[in-house]
Amino acid sequence: MAQNQTYYVPEQSKWPIVATVGLGLTLYGVASIMVNGKQGESTGGSWFLFMVGAAIMAYMLFGWFGNVIRESRSGLYSPQMDRSFRWGMSWFIFSEVMFFAAFFGALFYVRVFAVPWLGGEGDRGSSAMLWEGFEATWPLINNPNPEAYPPADSVIGPWGLPLINTILLVTSSFTVTVAHHALKAGNREKLKLWLAGTIALAVVFLFVQGYEYIHAYRDLDLTLQSGIYGSTFFMLTGFHGAHVFLGALMLTIMLIRIYKGHFTEDNHFGFEAAAWYWHFVDVVWLGLFVFVYII
Amino acid sequence: MSAVADTHAQEHHHGPAKGISRWLLTTNHKDIGTMYLVFSFAMFLLGGTMAMVIRAELFQPGLQIVNPEFFNQMTTMHGLIMVFGAVMPAFVGLANWMLPLMIGAPDMALPRMNNWSFWLLPCAFLILVSTLFMEGGAPNFGWTFYAPLSTTYGPPSTTFFIFAVHIMGISSIMGAINVIATILNLRAPGMTLMKMPLFVWTWLITAFLLIAVMPVLAGVVTMMLMDINFGTSFFDASGGGDPVLFQHVFWFFGHPEVYIMILPAFGAVSHIIPAFSRKPLFGYASMVYAVGAIALLSFVVWAHHMFTVGIPIAGQLFFMYATMLIAVPTGVKVFNWVATMFRGALSFEAPMLFAVAFVILFTIGGFSGLMLAIAPADFQYHDTYFVVAHFHYVLVPGAIFGIFASAYFWLPKWTGHMYDETLAKTHFWLSFVGMNLAFFPMHFLGLAGMPRRIPDYALQFADFNMVSSVGAFMFGATQLLFLLIVVKCVRGGKKASAKPWDGAEGLEWTVPSPAPYHTFATPPEVK
Repeated sequence: MAQNQTYYVPEQSKWPIVATVGLGLTLYGVASIMVNGKQGESTGGSWFLFMVGAAIMAYMLFGWFGNVIRESRSGLYSPQMDRSFRWGMSWFIFSEVMFFAAFFGALFYVRVFAVPWLGGEGDRGSSAMLWEGFEATWPLINNPNPEAYPPADSVIGPWGLPLINTILLVTSSFTVTVAHHALKAGNREKLKLWLAGTIALAVVFLFVQGYEYIHAYRDLDLTLQSGIYGSTFFMLTGFHGAHVFLGALMLTIMLIRIYKGHFTEDNHFGFEAAAWYWHFVDVVWLGLFVFVYII
Repeated sequence: MSAVADTHAQEHHHGPAKGISRWLLTTNHKDIGTMYLVFSFAMFLLGGTMAMVIRAELFQPGLQIVNPEFFNQMTTMHGLIMVFGAVMPAFVGLANWMLPLMIGAPDMALPRMNNWSFWLLPCAFLILVSTLFMEGGAPNFGWTFYAPLSTTYGPPSTTFFIFAVHIMGISSIMGAINVIATILNLRAPGMTLMKMPLFVWTWLITAFLLIAVMPVLAGVVTMMLMDINFGTSFFDASGGGDPVLFQHVFWFFGHPEVYIMILPAFGAVSHIIPAFSRKPLFGYASMVYAVGAIALLSFVVWAHHMFTVGIPIAGQLFFMYATMLIAVPTGVKVFNWVATMFRGALSFEAPMLFAVAFVILFTIGGFSGLMLAIAPADFQYHDTYFVVAHFHYVLVPGAIFGIFASAYFWLPKWTGHMYDETLAKTHFWLSFVGMNLAFFPMHFLGLAGMPRRIPDYALQFADFNMVSSVGAFMFGATQLLFLLIVVKCVRGGKKASAKPWDGAEGLEWTVPSPAPYHTFATPPEVK
């Protein structure tokens, strides 16, 4: 409930319009790289647009967040403003949850309904008309039309690299919590150590994930084109990996800010937001480990 | 940006900046609300022009004005522009203008992000409209962009369409986060949840729906992007995927989306009917619970759009009954609006005319929705003009009349002038007649078997189509009158008092008209 304070309303800002131009150029560039590339045309101009857009986005992120950090450190924000940021971050994470829900939903749907139906379950016989002899299995190796979607040799088992990655991420969720407690206790050296440890775990995770992808492409012929298993596997783990990268980037910025002396024992929402995000990424991984790798 | 130390509380007292930078750089909720509303009306005219092309082609049987490929682009772009460019931004504009005024907040919770949410929209629609001029033409697969029409058989511009949808999604999610943070955190002291005005309640729930389903839309277009450009097989059965998967994911977004387009109108009408009945709203608490129930049910009814794709009988029955359940809370709302008017001292200024028409005509759209919800009957109606009639009855006299009612209701607060009542009533009656002429015959066309999204038709459908086209031209032309009324009202007219409607309630009527550039720098007390 609102308190009787003056709520900080910022003056005019150039960052939103800079961000719009940056995002627009970036995505227009990406789209035209794809479209021109597919039609075999030159993509030089498209890459240029993309690079300009990405540079503007980077400039905007530093500028906008820098602006917010300066405002926060000069004491313009009230506890009420802090609550706005907390609501904002919580609902942003909820939107990310729903984004992953779409891909998990797709995975469940193809596993529970689409693939068994293609295999003739429930006397539908649809695949018998189109692809005689197709057998529904999961992981689906032999696709209904192997010419369009060549089969992989095998898929990645859960108890090797994925298990290592699970241990890495769960540990990192633990270490970031230790760092948070250190921050609240005012123990800056311990905070730096444990936060740096968290980031190190994240980097190792990303390397293992990258190695796993190379292994899948080179040795197992498991690619995006391997049919629905490859599609769901790479999209789920790939988007998760991108979120790990983003989360690790956030934590790294927090570490830099901590070295610059930012944050106090009771005012450090930037750190907490990054930690929330990190826990979210961890939880998504547990879902992936169970539903993509194990079951 | 170095002048951070200068940006403290006293800037609440200065007015708007001069020139274009006021609009490009603004953090003011009223400026941003105005930009949303102007943008929305521009898109309404653009999407409306496309509707005119469609109706001109359908004026007579046979192909006379456009070729079928272009006709498909028109139906697709008309739908996309009206849904994402006209209706949704109009409600966000109303939210920006009115939420802080209604809850006694100084601005939206995150004002800079608010400006970004707006400016992403022109950017997204620039990309979307530019596809009309690309090789292979604009998207031509209908606003629902079903795979494989949009993946295997879509034009090259589909990739641009996908990124445009991503940008709209980012804009909507940020806008919704802002609305929720504002409502939960910036209410004036004493305004408990169950004292909030209904427009605030409906927007809170709408914002929740937006955050829950816009990411799912982002997910489904991303799967399309991968299928088109990177060889995945989400929607291709020969790789083990399923085109029906597209429909499931799309409609998991799509059904809550249709409530996103109507709930804020429910809220606005719940202000307007009591104001012009000079009675408090009947059943406030039940109105709140009904909106909540509608929002929750909206997540479990999506497959009623897909009865004919071959889902199991148990699924059809579940989605049929769940859909029919929605009629219960909706019925509660209609009952309450009617009960509010019952024995009230009614007067029929333009906002009330649009609100009453909203109640009657939206209910017709709701009933045709119930007919469509009956799975066995839907096998007859599916993909016919009956469906087109149904959703135009909920969107035009529902969402759009709700927006017009809101605009007339709050124009005096925004501009400080009264609009021209005679012209506004003319606008209402011409819209009312035009809209019913345009869409009512579509029910009969659909029941007789005319399919939707088709540029030519059999001769027996000719008469109703001609009536429909005449009504559509009438409705379309009438909207220019609305533009004239608003421009006149902005430039001058009878001075409006702080509370121009004697029966109106709420904090927004305690500030002067026009509302000062900054309001409620110190929150008011709510008893």
